[in-house]
Amino acid sequence: MKNKSLVSINDFSREDHIHILDLAGAFERRPKQRILEDYVVATLFFEPSTRTRLSFESAATRLGARVIGFSEPGSSSVQKGESLRDTIRTVSNYADIIVMRHPREGSARFASEVSRVPVINAGDGANQHPTQTLLDLYSIRKTQGTLDNLNVAFVGDLKYGRTVHSLTMALCNYNTTFHLVSPAELKLPSSVKMHIKEKQLAYHQYTDIHDIIPKVDILYMTRIQKERFQDPMEYEKVKNSYILRNNMLDDAKSNLKILHPLPRVNEITYDVDDNPKAYYFTQALNGVFVRQALLAAILGVVE
Amino acid sequence: MEKTDQRKELKVSAIENGTVIDHIPSHSVYQVLRILNLMEYNDQLLIGTNLESQKMGKKGIIKVSNKFFKSDEINKIALVAPSATLILIKNFSVSEKKNVEIPSKVEKIVKCFNPNCITNVEDVVTRFDVVNKEDLKLRCHYCEKITAKDTMTFK
Repeated sequence: MKNKSLVSINDFSREDHIHILDLAGAFERRPKQRILEDYVVATLFFEPSTRTRLSFESAATRLGARVIGFSEPGSSSVQKGESLRDTIRTVSNYADIIVMRHPREGSARFASEVSRVPVINAGDGANQHPTQTLLDLYSIRKTQGTLDNLNVAFVGDLKYGRTVHSLTMALCNYNTTFHLVSPAELKLPSSVKMHIKEKQLAYHQYTDIHDIIPKVDILYMTRIQKERFQDPMEYEKVKNSYILRNNMLDDAKSNLKILHPLPRVNEITYDVDDNPKAYYFTQALNGVFVRQALLAAILGVVE
Repeated sequence: MEKTDQRKELKVSAIENGTVIDHIPSHSVYQVLRILNLMEYNDQLLIGTNLESQKMGKKGIIKVSNKFFKSDEINKIALVAPSATLILIKNFSVSEKKNVEIPSKVEKIVKCFNPNCITNVEDVVTRFDVVNKEDLKLRCHYCEKITAKDTMTFK
């Protein structure tokens, strides 16, 4: 994995994924290790994303690395009209690894081709966000003890949710049974279903969340955004149908865990937070361990 | 002298050595020239469009003197002229005939249909993997979106 960029979840094999999860486990047990003291990590956020940026910067800082970069394009040379190509070429002289978020799809792949140092994609438009997928896999494996043969439900916006698409593709390697709950307008795109079909895995589609709760091991909630609907009336009709409340969890399996990529708006009510099945804040913490593992493995300081 | 008479009837005259690209859809002739970078070719180049064809009604033809294409170079034209046939001419006679084949990778010539793709924002050479040859589908190496026949435009 040394010096290899991570742009798309498919850049790393199933074995690589497992290796990263194992390394992340070691960082969870011992999060403060100053193994990157001689390294500079650049975080280039051409689009603001406070959560992802802080998670990476926390991961880098806990390993002793220095962090340079910008958190929005307004405060950088981008505003002066510099091309992505030139920004990346310049910054790759200053840093040992680049973490970038950019609003254009394919920007991270392009950056990895012009950069002298490896690039970690922290989100390229609607395309990929592989570190989110790895932290989701870590959270699933940690709470269930395995990634194999699980029943996983995705709820909400399955059409535009990049997180859902990447995680679905990754889970296709683990004999997952998929339960897809969404309004008709926001169903999982056929390009993603194609991956499920290729592996001949089972998937079921629903419009009602209630029936699936007792069946599943993982309940992955997502936010439904109003602007995704062409007809605002349609949004009004469905907006309350995909909200998870604590009293809906009475018949759930004992091992069920609720995940959410965050930020949450109203799709999980606050009374769920105290339920031991709620895992979304720990999931966000796991992101730091996974990013520590990636930085350390790609920089080649751990095997 | 039968052979000479036959040659006289040709709408586009014969070449001594080189490549004839026949059975091009008439509307694709200029695209084929562009894709093969023949606009800047500085040897003899003969072009016919809207010629009568038994096989296709109307067709286009391009004759390129003293040029023999590499197969990955010529196969690019399969995207706009899948019906095209290639005839290699040596000393005024046909030395080989073949059909074009859709390549497994396409570079430069096609535009990614996704307006938010980095290749449409910055000066980036496009690259695609052909994921379906029958029902032409190209996956962008950068944004990973599929450009299909009905959304395909050329640079």
